Amino acid sequence: MTENHPHHHHDAPISDIEARVKRLEQLLVEKGLVDPATMDELVDTYENRVGPRNGARVVARAWTDPDYKRRLLSDATAAIMEMGYAGRQGEHMQVVENTAEVHNMVVCTLCSCYPWPVLGLPPTWYKASSYRARAVKEPRAVLQDFGVELDPQVRIEVWDSTAEVRYLVLPMRPEGTEDLDQDALAKLVNRDAMIGTGLVVTT
Amino acid sequence: MNGAHDLGGMDGFGPIDASSTPHFPNEWERQVFALTLACGFQGKWNLDQSRFAREQMEPGHYLTSTYYEHWLHGLEALLLKQGIVSEQELREGKADAEGKYTPVAKEKVSAILEKGAPVSIEAETNPEYSVGDQVRLINQHPTSHTRLPRYLRGRHGKIIHYHGAHIYPDVHSRDGKKQPAHLYTIAFDAAEVWGSYEAKAKDRIMVDVFEPYIEQIV
Repeated sequence: MTENHPHHHHDAPISDIEARVKRLEQLLVEKGLVDPATMDELVDTYENRVGPRNGARVVARAWTDPDYKRRLLSDATAAIMEMGYAGRQGEHMQVVENTAEVHNMVVCTLCSCYPWPVLGLPPTWYKASSYRARAVKEPRAVLQDFGVELDPQVRIEVWDSTAEVRYLVLPMRPEGTEDLDQDALAKLVNRDAMIGTGLVVTT
Repeated sequence: MNGAHDLGGMDGFGPIDASSTPHFPNEWERQVFALTLACGFQGKWNLDQSRFAREQMEPGHYLTSTYYEHWLHGLEALLLKQGIVSEQELREGKADAEGKYTPVAKEKVSAILEKGAPVSIEAETNPEYSVGDQVRLINQHPTSHTRLPRYLRGRHGKIIHYHGAHIYPDVHSRDGKKQPAHLYTIAFDAAEVWGSYEAKAKDRIMVDVFEPYIEQIV
């Protein structure tokens, strides 16, 4: 890739893996398999353009537009496409709604399946062994790691993304937000709330 | 395959580090991400084949390496398997012969990403099961790629949703053939999966399951 990324450390000693990746990139560019400008474009897309702000806009609209919410829960792929978000790793979307009775949480125990068009790339912990191993077996203990304590009577439904369906959690709208418009609501919605490891709060 | 990737229910990893870190803590991780997607654009392998390539990492290595090292391993393995690069070329970082490939241009990236790659496909049979059916998952341990996690094999659950037919990953990974399989979401009671389960609430695990993984309860 061209070297215009702020995180590139020129001074640090080159590790084995850095050297291995550098050789691989040189080889693939020489073979004509990849173009460094294409690689930059891919990184820029997911580092700077596609991220959880997209999902937050979907959530805020669902909170304020009952017709949209109905469409979102019955055909999420189409409803999300209405907002302009579609494509890779979001081809088959499903939205699951949190209520006073049910809390939804999403994991991929087998790899790292995640709804890229609405949330961007997954956070590091989502791809790490601990979350993938524990989310299905002890979701309440996992939620405590995120500082979330649910009423013991609330049923947790953990969605293990084993196929190509990608899940987005529709969090509960916090009380006291009746006067906020969609933009203001979207600012409250955080990434973890849309994975189900967080809640939306007003403070 | 029963690889280290099949992590559901494993103990001992300790607490989750929920702190926010950048997507690519190191430049090499950014490069591996971009190389993997850019090479994928060449269409020499499919998503299930790239998953299987990562799953075949030696388990001890898989569990002690970071996410993008899994991707790096998978990418190198696929390039070697397809005969696109040789071991010597990988070691030297230099091509033996002139390149015969054409890279996908930067200008095409956004259209490719926006289009995605839907896996819904026309079914060849009617679905065997209906929403509301109580079913059991088969107990099978293939050494090839499968999307039936170990912790659910032999477990009873209830079908709550039908998605239509999708490309069956087990066959897609083996020979690239797009064989349709009906896809359902099945709800499993946590107590059915884990035996004793502490929560008072009736927690559930919801999983997307391909029809060949299901058997009727007799």
